Amino acid sequence: MPEPHADRLLDCRRTLCPMPVVRTSQEMRTLAPGQVLKVLATDRGAIVDIPAWANDTGNELVDWHEDGQDLVFLIRKGEEA
Amino acid sequence: MTDDALVAAVGAGSLTEADVRRIVSEELARALRTDPASKRAVIIASKGTLDWAYPPLILASAAAASNMEASIFFTFYGLNIVRRDFAATAMVSPTGNPAMPMPVPMADLFTGLPGMRSVATAMMKSRFKKKGVAGLQELIDACRELGVHLMACTMTMEVFGFSPDDFIDGVELTGAGAFLSQARRAHLTLFV
Repeated sequence: MPEPHADRLLDCRRTLCPMPVVRTSQEMRTLAPGQVLKVLATDRGAIVDIPAWANDTGNELVDWHEDGQDLVFLIRKGEEA
Repeated sequence: MTDDALVAAVGAGSLTEADVRRIVSEELARALRTDPASKRAVIIASKGTLDWAYPPLILASAAAASNMEASIFFTFYGLNIVRRDFAATAMVSPTGNPAMPMPVPMADLFTGLPGMRSVATAMMKSRFKKKGVAGLQELIDACRELGVHLMACTMTMEVFGFSPDDFIDGVELTGAGAFLSQARRAHLTLFV
């Protein structure tokens, strides 16, 4: 599946828990429902943290993959998020 | 089953046991889903050293980032965490702290010498910075920005002689009664 176009990029690389989730939450507040946020992280905990956060906040984790050392998450803002 | 259908079925005497069980399950599921307590986190912070300041701040900010209403109740030595000067003065000691990783094993008699506490603190802060751990000030700011309630124990304040001016802005003065009133309405309650 081709990677969906991201409306915003958030670089959380070289930050550790809780900053990936905290920053993602803060950045997501500035997006409109339906827009896609691309998050970069190097914290291995983000592999479980970001999906759990998305599930708890009504956002959709469209895709995630590894790009070398980086973790790349694509999250679509939910209607009620 | 809609409310109208339910009323009609009850009126007609046609509610079966299966219906009743299904209705009860649906109502229970709805109550659990909408229970506000499942969205509330309350953390007691009772320790005032650099290492122990992290867990309550990290958990509360992560909870708030996950759309929970989060509160930290700072009591006893934890009250230091919300003092204005905490980020700069927080310390950690390896003495009596065998779990703390040290470059070489060091006896308590040695780590207790003057100056060693500052060395250990500097080492921990430098390691955290290198690994990308957020600094204490950054975490406290994140908590405030995310709306975490920062509650200060008034009893501790009195006992240790702190004044309200010693604390960062936005701290709520609280006692056990008010705190417990919040805690009992939260599913997630933690003591650090």
